[in-house]
Amino acid sequence: MIPLSHYLVLAALLFCLSVAGMFINRKNLIVLLMCIELMLLAVNLNFVAFAHYHHDLAGQIFVFFILAVAAAESAIGLAILVVLFRNRRSINVDDIGALKG
Amino acid sequence: MELGIFYTLAAVVLFAAVMVITVRNPVHAVLFLVLAFLGSAGLWLLLEAEFLAIALVLVYVGAVMVLFLFVVMMLDINLVPLREGFARYLPAGAAVALALASVMGFLLGPRYFGLAQFPAPRRMPADYSNTTALGRLLYTYYLYPFEVAAVILLVAIIAAIALTQRARRRIKTERPERQIHVRRQDRVRLVSMPAEKPAGEGGA
Repeated sequence: MIPLSHYLVLAALLFCLSVAGMFINRKNLIVLLMCIELMLLAVNLNFVAFAHYHHDLAGQIFVFFILAVAAAESAIGLAILVVLFRNRRSINVDDIGALKG
Repeated sequence: MELGIFYTLAAVVLFAAVMVITVRNPVHAVLFLVLAFLGSAGLWLLLEAEFLAIALVLVYVGAVMVLFLFVVMMLDINLVPLREGFARYLPAGAAVALALASVMGFLLGPRYFGLAQFPAPRRMPADYSNTTALGRLLYTYYLYPFEVAAVILLVAIIAAIALTQRARRRIKTERPERQIHVRRQDRVRLVSMPAEKPAGEGGA
């Protein structure tokens, strides 16, 4: 029997790792997008675990919608990345200061 | 048995996550992210979310990660400037992650979410279909959210195409924004010249 806390702690560790990834890779836009995907994965794991232990399918439905929105988000994010690279020849976050004024 | 599977998959997922954030080559990072997704799909199977586990593999590994790979391989990125802050931000990142992990571990540990508070549910019978149950719920109770999700995907398609399409005009159309900005001086030029009579037109 696996207690629920195992899943929650695993998801928390995954989330913390992706937060650390955001810090240490803060120049590389692609790795930042991948860290967002990891975060969403951690959250989804929580949802599925609670859905299982509560015997409620609503959690799984929510994961379904998160997957749809995350797919849309990464598609648009990568499109923006491609346009950015075409215009600036770089994906360094430090080079993207045009809105700073 | 179950616990062994869980620990194996959890180790795989955590290892893959560590590699994603530390590995030097973005292509390898994407591949480790695929490994993380596959491990989580296994965990979801353990949690009896079969439909979502397969959807994770098909949609995420099959589509989104391939898109990532495509973009990473298409752009030739100079990796050196992207790595420079790595060692400098490592202590800050590790500190934040450790603080977050300790707080979350304290709250989410077995004290509040152990087997005593949340007893492990009984396994579903073998003829129970997770996909059927999910579909029945999705097409009745969550029909409108489902349609909204479809619209979101449509918007994403249109946005991605509109963003990445190169602006090349093959069709000749008028541009209203330029038409209304035309002034009289741009088009009409008044030339001052003496009047002259055409030669062949013999006058009286």
